[in-house]
Amino acid sequence: MSTKPEPAVTTEARALDRQDERVTQYAGLSGALKSTTARVRSGDLGALPVVIGLVLIAIVFQVLNPLFLSSRNLVNLTLEASSVGVISLGVVCVLLVGEIDLSVGSVSGLSGAIVAVLGVQQGWPMPLAIATAIATGLLIGIIYGQAFTRFGMPSFVATLAGLLGFLGLQLFVLGAAGSINIPFDSGLVRFAQQSFLPRPVAYLAAALVALVVLLVGLENSRARRKAGLSAASLQLLLIRSAVVLAALEFAAWYLNRARGVSWMFLFFAILVIVMQYLFTRTGWGRWVYAIGGNVEAARRTGINVRRVYQSVFILCSGFAAVGGVLAAARLGSANQSSGTGDINLNAIAAAVIGGTSLFGGRGNAYSALLGTFVIASISSGLTLLNLSSSIRFMITGAVLALAVAVDSLARRSRAAQGGV
Amino acid sequence: METETSTNVTAGVMATPHGEVVLRMRGISKSFGSVQALTDVDLDIAAGEVVALVGDNGAGKTTLVKVLAGVHPQDSGTIELQGEQVSIDNPSTAISLGIATVFQDLALCENLDVVSNLFLGRELSKKRLDEVTMEVKSWELLRQLSARLPSVRQPASSLSGGQRQTVAIARSLLGEPRVILLDEPTAALGVAQTAEVLDLIERLRENGLAVMMISHNMEDVNAVADRVVVLRLGRNNGVFDINEVTSRDVVAAITGATDNVVTRRAGRRSTHRTALAKEEFDS
Repeated sequence: MSTKPEPAVTTEARALDRQDERVTQYAGLSGALKSTTARVRSGDLGALPVVIGLVLIAIVFQVLNPLFLSSRNLVNLTLEASSVGVISLGVVCVLLVGEIDLSVGSVSGLSGAIVAVLGVQQGWPMPLAIATAIATGLLIGIIYGQAFTRFGMPSFVATLAGLLGFLGLQLFVLGAAGSINIPFDSGLVRFAQQSFLPRPVAYLAAALVALVVLLVGLENSRARRKAGLSAASLQLLLIRSAVVLAALEFAAWYLNRARGVSWMFLFFAILVIVMQYLFTRTGWGRWVYAIGGNVEAARRTGINVRRVYQSVFILCSGFAAVGGVLAAARLGSANQSSGTGDINLNAIAAAVIGGTSLFGGRGNAYSALLGTFVIASISSGLTLLNLSSSIRFMITGAVLALAVAVDSLARRSRAAQGGV
Repeated sequence: METETSTNVTAGVMATPHGEVVLRMRGISKSFGSVQALTDVDLDIAAGEVVALVGDNGAGKTTLVKVLAGVHPQDSGTIELQGEQVSIDNPSTAISLGIATVFQDLALCENLDVVSNLFLGRELSKKRLDEVTMEVKSWELLRQLSARLPSVRQPASSLSGGQRQTVAIARSLLGEPRVILLDEPTAALGVAQTAEVLDLIERLRENGLAVMMISHNMEDVNAVADRVVVLRLGRNNGVFDINEVTSRDVVAAITGATDNVVTRRAGRRSTHRTALAKEEFDS
């Protein structure tokens, strides 16, 4: 790994992928910035709109109520965001193949009810109750997958039926009680309400992430250079991991001023990173994008399309069940209204607001994280302003409409640039 | 009328394949319900040879390609691959036997880049994608085909029609096939792009592949094909050596005999002319 800057570009020394003179040559830091600008202009917006949105939201609410950006409120926000975020992560999976799951709210409510009934009412060991709830979610995913691949039911209809059916099942499971409290001293509730990373551990974890970013970057760069391909310079890699380090350490420090980084949020963040790895670095992930882009093409290359569809429906309902367990734990109870109301649409809206296209084939796992933050920020900001849920619904609805409009416009812009 | 041509053709020019026969089809029949799409079709393709499969709409060209690609297995008849009889039941069998097909709709994923499209379904190390090796191999493959793509990391949606066709053909070559079937490779392409694709087909021949292409364009057929196989109403209607046949003869075989819309048109014109000449003479 050479620390010297890249040698002057001559035809001989050019990397394998930079030999065509039509390719714009971007080198170094300014080049990286330029290529990003060019990409955004061509309609590949990535996370840009949602990041701008988050900044705007933060400014507006901070002006209206200075408590909004306080450490305490942000810690609460991370706690609020985690359960919906996990559900939203599942929604990202189905959206990427161009399908939808409208029943995530009901499935999460059902899963919370199962945990409460089995773990509290029936006295099962809590881990077993949780495992049963998640298994139920996976089973629901199998049913959707079969309905879609075997019977050709549109996912929209199958999951709409599920929305109603599993809400009914949730009420049935809860029975006459209607609401079951999970004891505050149970591990599950403590995990969701009171478990925070020890302060030094939070700093250490942030540093570790930055280190991994650097090492992975170096390794990629080394492999590409060895194969004669263009590679990111050491300078760029160092700057990138330094930015990651600074951002994460600042976040850790700011949250540590209040209660700190919660384990539940860390759990959500790890799930996001794992899913992002699966989406971008595995054959399965490549197939998910391929199916979202062109199912017929994917089928003709010999990809087992049915199995991929099945897997995303299982993941989606599975994540909905996990999110339901987290929501029940956070609330300390499961009741008839768990998973109803705006949970369903919030989870779907979060994925879309975060930048995952409703048209399939575009998006990433981070959109669940970013989108959930937008939704949770709006909700938290309006609560601080003592505005009723009527206003909250209207504003969230408007933001969702805006996000879809941005998605459609970006798609049109890509089409104008010769894309689809 | 039709029988007349058939006998005429079999009695006349019956071009033999140039070189060692890789793929031999005998008596292939296929029906869809009451429609007999293919009846007793024979076809040979040799290594290092381009065979053009021509015929009118509904002549059974695409059905024949689909039989070979394993999309619709034949009802009767035999397929031999290098002397060994094979049965092609599904697309993956065809691929594993070394028969690659490039369908008319190119079946690229617009949202994926060129490398991902090339390796779709056969990614290297699926648990941790080996992007570097895939990218290097993509460049090697495209260079072999002398294809000029500015970048293999651009999405397929930004490619031109010719470039897409190139990527689709390159993808079919990744499995190192012996036979490659192209369904109308130049349809919907511009002049320059057509030339690019025709060059590519010639390079496939130079690399010793057995190439069969469906085409409606007699110019393209004349440009690259070694032999022309004509189908008409699901039957063989002549095999011609490209050097010993005129486009006119091929068109006659495609449309069937001498009484057809093309000849009738020519006939009308000449009668009209005679009438004109007569008038002139009378006056």
